[in-house]
Amino acid sequence: MSTSNWTTDLLTQLNSAEFFIVPALQRHNAAIAAGSLGNQGDDKTVLWQIESKHWQQFSQYAIEQNLRWVAGWAEHAETQFIVNACFEKEGIYLLLRTQINADKPELPSQATVYPAANRSERHTQDMFGIHFTGHPDNRRWTRHKAWDKHSYPLRKDFYAQGEPEAITPPDMDYPFVKAYGQGVYEIPVGPVHAGIIEPGHFRFLAVGELILNLEERLGYVHKGIEKIAEGRTPESLARLAGRISGDTTVGHCWAACRAMEQAAGIEIPPRAALIRGILAERERVANHLGDMGAICNDVAFVFAQMQFTRLRELWLRTHAIVFGHRLLMDRIVPGGVICDVSEDSCTLIKQDIVQLRKELSDIMPAIDLNSSLEDRLYTAGYLPPETAAAFGTLGYVGRASGLNFDVRRDAPYPPYDQASFIVALEDQGDIASRFWVRYKEIKAALKLIEQFIAQLAAGDLIAEWQIPLVGSEGLGIVEGWRGEIATYVRFDAGNKIARFYPRDPSILNWPALEKLTLNNIVPDFPVCNKSLNGSYSGNDL
Amino acid sequence: MLRLFKKILQTGVVTEAYKAPKDNELENLGIQIKRHIDKKFSGSIAIRQVDAGSCNGCELEIHALNNPYYDIERFGIHFVASPRHADVLLVTGPVSRHMQTALLRTYEATPDPKWVVAVGDCAACGGEFGVSYASCGAVSNVIPVDMVIAGCPPTPLALMKGLLGLINK
Repeated sequence: MSTSNWTTDLLTQLNSAEFFIVPALQRHNAAIAAGSLGNQGDDKTVLWQIESKHWQQFSQYAIEQNLRWVAGWAEHAETQFIVNACFEKEGIYLLLRTQINADKPELPSQATVYPAANRSERHTQDMFGIHFTGHPDNRRWTRHKAWDKHSYPLRKDFYAQGEPEAITPPDMDYPFVKAYGQGVYEIPVGPVHAGIIEPGHFRFLAVGELILNLEERLGYVHKGIEKIAEGRTPESLARLAGRISGDTTVGHCWAACRAMEQAAGIEIPPRAALIRGILAERERVANHLGDMGAICNDVAFVFAQMQFTRLRELWLRTHAIVFGHRLLMDRIVPGGVICDVSEDSCTLIKQDIVQLRKELSDIMPAIDLNSSLEDRLYTAGYLPPETAAAFGTLGYVGRASGLNFDVRRDAPYPPYDQASFIVALEDQGDIASRFWVRYKEIKAALKLIEQFIAQLAAGDLIAEWQIPLVGSEGLGIVEGWRGEIATYVRFDAGNKIARFYPRDPSILNWPALEKLTLNNIVPDFPVCNKSLNGSYSGNDL
Repeated sequence: MLRLFKKILQTGVVTEAYKAPKDNELENLGIQIKRHIDKKFSGSIAIRQVDAGSCNGCELEIHALNNPYYDIERFGIHFVASPRHADVLLVTGPVSRHMQTALLRTYEATPDPKWVVAVGDCAACGGEFGVSYASCGAVSNVIPVDMVIAGCPPTPLALMKGLLGLINK
């Protein structure tokens, strides 16, 4: 039985409103799915099925109860589409599901209630041809010109090869928001940027130096990840997941493997969980070090950039020595990990931590007392807590605006269920907050790594794989370095993947950039962008 | 401010201080690169990096070339903000179809003589993504490629070696 939590109250409320809901307790019912969602007997994920006509109405009840909108995705099954939306509150995840007829694929939009659902629904619209009625902005999002307006890549009758033209034309006629008036002008930026970064387009409307509006146009690095995942084996899917976003290779690989492990009903050995934890925390530290340097570099404070890139390089060299890969790709596999951590490696990792702490204790006071850095970072790129919450922002972006959520603490999974740490939090919502929250997260990560090493006991690295039943599904949720990653997997016959949807935290964080840059000056855009550091590849899939 | 200067002095020049074999190799390699560049390009080549669909893994390692350990700029190899200033295009990723025209235009904007270096397994052969409705696969499917630096992603040392190979051509 589910414990008494908010799901019970919401269910009562919805039943009195005459919603037809098949609650989680029947999730083993063959009518819903042959497999099971969620996991080794906990009540952390519940699955509710509702009628499509109540889809939008449900979200109104959900927002009244302060549920956070987590992710949305669809799936094509013969004559119908299965549409999912995931919500979270107090660490309990609710997966809402409905079916709609493929002949008339229409669903009332939840984006009217949850701004966070906006781009996700546009993605589903482009990939499946599902029309979200009442959507506040139904312009195309993921689709540029690589496929026709009337074909939908994630439908089953669309072949992965598609029918592309020899040269895909540029997406010239995207209807950007316009502004008119004396002194208002547009600045188009990208997709090819000036630095060594990923491609995307930013359209500024400015008056003088002040940003009046910023509109993002992403989708340039759409590589068809969801489509080419279909038919893969678990090992092959893990490799692909590790390349959704190169900086989050551990995070995405872990989320995908967790989802697959849930579907297969296997539990990973404790030693494997601890090693995954070490990998994830090391990835977090490496990225935060890089970001902190880059934020300072974007306000021309080169001292910090040089120091942090130096520390990052040393950190990556230990990755190579201990784990055999500088970015830790392909270390996590379905069922466990493929790399062990020897006694010597543990010593090296511990020495590394001591060294890093010492270095940071020199560098951080030097930075903290620097007035030019204060001038540029404090109050710049302000993201109010309400806005951060409305867009469901995650990770350090949310936590710098006071959103006190971390999967590792609020919906813990091994090895975090046996660890104690303090979730870093800042409440000023500016670039300085996003800088300092990263520093606090580094400190917490170092402590976690020490705890994991102390807990390491001899044991297996990998559990034997069980071929999942047809239709088995899993929802893998982990705290990547950017924030919560939610990955959905459904299996087909013969150990093959039927559906894969990874929701990178960037998908929810990118819209916040449009808001936090408002009323900042155009030259501060790079540092605003870096303080958020969304993944283009993770967003575009 | 004093703390800052103290840290700078304490840190010293890490680029030269390293005596580990790997870094000696790096030093030799860099000096070799510099000799070749001196001969052919009067001491410098300008690189425009283009992410044509990468997962960002290659970008992280290209970035590392500029950290104090590798400091590739001391050998006259530097990154520029515009293809119009570039001798070399360093292209990563399978070329996504949405980036195809942008890559072609960047190529056209680069003055001759120019070299194209495809960086990473995806750029070399399509990698994990291959050719699909959304991806053109290898960079050579879109623009002529002069050389390939494989790896997923290639390490900074592999990138340096690759650039040397290019200059040797």
